[in-house]
Amino acid sequence: MSEIPNEIKYAATHEWARLEEDGIVTVGISDHAQKALGDVVFVEMPELGLTISEGEEAGVVESVKAASDIYSPIRGEVIEVNSKLDDAPQTVNEDPYGEGWFFKLQPQDLADLDELLDAEAYAEVCDAEDH
Amino acid sequence: MTEKTPLYDSHLAAGGRMVDFAGWIMPVNYGSQIEEHKAVRADAGMFDVSHMTIIDIEGPDAEAFLRSTIANDVAPLLDNQALYSALLNEKGGILDDLIVYRLENSFRCVVNASTRKKVLDWFALNAFTNMTLTHKPQIMIAVQGPKAMQRLSEVAVIPQLSELKAFYAMAFGDWLIGRTGYTGEDGVEVMLPIDQGIQLWQQLRDVGVVPAGLGARDTLRLEAGLNLYGQDMDETTSPLVSNIAWTVAWNPPERDFIGRSALEAQRGNVGEKLVGLVLEEKGILRHDQKVITNAGDGSITSGTYSPSLEYSIGLARVPADASGHCQVDIRGKMKEALLVKPPFVRKGKDLVAKTTT
Repeated sequence: MSEIPNEIKYAATHEWARLEEDGIVTVGISDHAQKALGDVVFVEMPELGLTISEGEEAGVVESVKAASDIYSPIRGEVIEVNSKLDDAPQTVNEDPYGEGWFFKLQPQDLADLDELLDAEAYAEVCDAEDH
Repeated sequence: MTEKTPLYDSHLAAGGRMVDFAGWIMPVNYGSQIEEHKAVRADAGMFDVSHMTIIDIEGPDAEAFLRSTIANDVAPLLDNQALYSALLNEKGGILDDLIVYRLENSFRCVVNASTRKKVLDWFALNAFTNMTLTHKPQIMIAVQGPKAMQRLSEVAVIPQLSELKAFYAMAFGDWLIGRTGYTGEDGVEVMLPIDQGIQLWQQLRDVGVVPAGLGARDTLRLEAGLNLYGQDMDETTSPLVSNIAWTVAWNPPERDFIGRSALEAQRGNVGEKLVGLVLEEKGILRHDQKVITNAGDGSITSGTYSPSLEYSIGLARVPADASGHCQVDIRGKMKEALLVKPPFVRKGKDLVAKTTT
């Protein structure tokens, strides 16, 4: 079973979004997603300063198997990318909700988070894919 | 309509992540493809290849049939010797690639899973009078890696196993053991009855042979510079543009195999070639990406991350005169790459450094 923490929000396309204390939103991919991808070997990040909408392409994660697009779960401006993944992309597999985060957004409207799935709803998305 | 090999339950027991492959439900990995890959390069791993098609050809016409049907020539083969060949259509396009063993009273062909029906139909269509074609489901386990032979001898006392030469086979009871593989490492492919195969898989696991999935099989074969049928070559490409011209036996000139006249017309006059490619920047090469060379554009046929080299490698079909540095279009960004002669890795060694074309 995949780990699906309760305190964060999810997109049906398997990204997660976490509201930090300073109002910034951190984005990564779920445990379910990293397991489905297999060994991650390269991550292409969005450019700093880029303003993106929800559902817009924000990068690419490549496993040995295949390349998959990463979509931004909410609207906002990219203010930081996880440069550690350049040299250690396998961190995405090892710690998808922690050190394996992808980028941070200055959100345009925090209400966007309410549109995302909670852990329970996201678990149903994963279950549906597994069957 | 997916089929399962007799080792299906063994894969589940080993934590296999199962996917559909050419109508078969097969393990893509058992957790980490990279670890499985490295186990094969450094120690020993095993693959369930029971989905491949084993076709036995018997009878007085068996040899003449193969000599007229496949592009390599079985005539010079000694008993128990094997060869790799392409099976061609009339236009010289590749219908499949296969391994043929000359056994005491028959020939055994091992063809791909994805082409089973096509090849069985093609063989039946072109069959000679005094021969029989038999397709018998068996278990086939590829045990590969520098420790493969040692591990196999720990679970079965097989006389003369260590003397088995590369591309030769030996019978052992109901088993046929070929010193062949698809990884660029030493090892064997064992074909055996189902009950014994399930037992052998478990015994090999017990002595530490690592189950490896289709994912690792693909990265290993690509590092070894071995083509995948349907991806690096197909019915629209001939052996002459697929880096397997060496498998076409032109002599004797009077042997008129299917596709020969089409190949003769191409010979010395091919516009393309299949070469290796290494990416010199970060990123991953993938199938269908465009390659811009000094002699025109080409296309990647297979691309992946190489777990042994820790950068991306691929095979690409490019203009025949292309060489040296080139660029690859990865999602609209031009990345620097280098054309090389495959293989990239064999017997655990990096061969890229000295193979620039």
